[in-house]
Amino acid sequence: MTDASLSMTDRQDAAQALFRRKRLVALAVPAVILLYLAYIFVAFDVMGLAGRARLDNAMTLIRDTYSYKTHVTLNNRTGDVTIAKEGERPATWPEGQSPDWVAIDGETVTIDLPRGHSVLFLPDRTAVYHHPEFGDITAKLGPAVTIDIPEDELPEWISYSRTRLDIRTEPGRLTMTRAKTEVFRYFFGWELFWFTLDSPYHGQPVWTLLFGPQIDADRSNIAGAWQDFWANPLWHHGKVAWAIGETILMAFLGTMGAALVALPLAFLAARNFTPVVVVRQLVRRVFDFVRGVDALIFTILLSRAFGPGPLTGALAILLTDTGSLGKLFSEALENVDQKQIEGVSSTGAKPLQRYRFGVIPQITPVLLSQVLYFLESNTRSATIIGAITGGGIGLLLTQAIITQKDWEEVSYYIVLIVLMVIFMDWVSGLLRRRLIKGGGH
Amino acid sequence: MTDMTQGGAPLAATQDSYMAMVRQKRLYSGIAILVFVVLLVSGFRVANDRNAGGFFDGIHRIFDFPADVVGEAWEKRADMAGLLWKYLPDLIETLNIAAVATLLGAALGLVLSLLSTRGMARWPVLIPLFRRIMDVTRALPEIVVALVLIYMLGGGPIPAMIAIALHTAGALGKLYSEVNENADLKPVDGLTSVGATWSQKMLLGVMPQVAPNYLSYGLLRFEINIRASAILGFVGAGGIGYELRNSMAWGPGRFDEAAAIFLLLFGTIVAVDQLSSSLRNRLSEGAKQ
Repeated sequence: MTDASLSMTDRQDAAQALFRRKRLVALAVPAVILLYLAYIFVAFDVMGLAGRARLDNAMTLIRDTYSYKTHVTLNNRTGDVTIAKEGERPATWPEGQSPDWVAIDGETVTIDLPRGHSVLFLPDRTAVYHHPEFGDITAKLGPAVTIDIPEDELPEWISYSRTRLDIRTEPGRLTMTRAKTEVFRYFFGWELFWFTLDSPYHGQPVWTLLFGPQIDADRSNIAGAWQDFWANPLWHHGKVAWAIGETILMAFLGTMGAALVALPLAFLAARNFTPVVVVRQLVRRVFDFVRGVDALIFTILLSRAFGPGPLTGALAILLTDTGSLGKLFSEALENVDQKQIEGVSSTGAKPLQRYRFGVIPQITPVLLSQVLYFLESNTRSATIIGAITGGGIGLLLTQAIITQKDWEEVSYYIVLIVLMVIFMDWVSGLLRRRLIKGGGH
Repeated sequence: MTDMTQGGAPLAATQDSYMAMVRQKRLYSGIAILVFVVLLVSGFRVANDRNAGGFFDGIHRIFDFPADVVGEAWEKRADMAGLLWKYLPDLIETLNIAAVATLLGAALGLVLSLLSTRGMARWPVLIPLFRRIMDVTRALPEIVVALVLIYMLGGGPIPAMIAIALHTAGALGKLYSEVNENADLKPVDGLTSVGATWSQKMLLGVMPQVAPNYLSYGLLRFEINIRASAILGFVGAGGIGYELRNSMAWGPGRFDEAAAIFLLLFGTIVAVDQLSSSLRNRLSEGAKQ
């Protein structure tokens, strides 16, 4: 009786101790994480982020992704007026033509901006910015820039020095320097995404392109439109398509090459196929080594030998994934059922035939699903490696970001990359279901 | 058997149709293998043509650069300990980026996965929305987000951290929601019957079931994130990758520093891999008991 009650209190004590320990852990783990985050808050200088962040950069980026600007530029030395979308040469209006919000009359140019704003270029290097609430701002370029404003105090949206005037308002922007006077007007959308201004197909509705009368005498509408679209000098659709193909190619070559190299090596690393401990351990250490070196280091090393390009990226993926796939394959091989191999060898099969008919059919589903999974994830890696080694869509993206002005192209590439990865994910899932279902029957 | 029940002629027919099927299957496998080989060979040739240097020109030079680096590092081996010590803070920064990104990403992925699992979702109507959010964050390569954020926030570890955390949220969210689907919903029903709020149901009913799997996936992600964080450093986000690029840019004369960084990075990756795989083994065995 006493014995039982004693063990009862014992058990109670043990339970209490367990509870205490669990409570301690439940409190300690969040506390440790919080402490760590506090340390990171200091170490990463999160407070200083406000100082480092460039809000104007963020604004430009956001504005550029959904809108574009058209430049109306007066060259102050020659007096020529050019109108160009984003100021790019292929997007320049032909001489003598202008959009309907610009009226050129000799040396006088009237530029209408939204919400009643307008800019007037007058002869003698004079520009007038008409602001409906503020009034007219007259700027004149003599030896220096002089301005005449209706109020004494400069509003914060005008920045002015003797060499430069910059008026930034919501509807547009006027800058005047010694070299040029320039007006920006913003429009919604991506400029000239389909055709540039010099293409005869610019501004034509889809209906006309498909069924309308022939526009260009030399080419049929659809072929001509495709040529002009593909060779669009602003967006380079053909080049971008090549770049995406290159990225997928890197992933494909890298993954498949790695699988082909890893499969025979995996037999050497599997306990049930290679009884020799030294060989097994050696191959396993090789797998660990190439996995540990990492794609970054391989990319650097290989680009020294092969130069930048898709082959370098493919080889870097191949080397890293040989380690990962080799490890996975050898684990799959260690789990194969010996009965099938015995069955095949009882018919007098030679070793190679035993592997072909006793082992391969068993591991095929596992191998295929791993390889396809790697193919999908390597599409992402190939984008990243392309940015380092110079190939594919990754390179185009880094170039567009480094120029810091073509943010609409950056967002275009980002959309394409996301679509590409989702597409590869879908293809790999589809193949996985098809092949593995087929292999199981 | 067939012989007895169906007679001689049907047996021959069965055999024929079986052989025809085998032939067809062989034909299909043959075509599939042929297509695969053609793709592989032509793909290799295209990649080779578009590369700056060809494969066969470069293959014998493949060990030149490693030999230079190792040679220089061996000449200056006396300084190696000092260099390793010098780059330790950068390594710690890279590790910190990976760790914080894994923590934040796992937290976000956890919430997303709970919100997108049938039977647990707070707003069942919005399940497709949260799934798409996970798809997009998973599809975005870290480098894309990092480069854009570097432009907006300036260099340093924070852009890299946010970029990796976002990708981690998507990747872990998907794995976590697969774990959630296998969780038993009875504890949740029980908690509902006593009037628990959604967060109480998740914390007390679901978390204890899924925590070991969550931790195991989180550790695996941490390994991957260390590599990602080193790569992002290479494009300007601080840490050891940044130092690696600088030492490479100097060219010969500073290869001993590159060697030190290679060594640190390699050692860390291997050590973390080993540590996390033994931890994961313990977790999965604990879960089985």
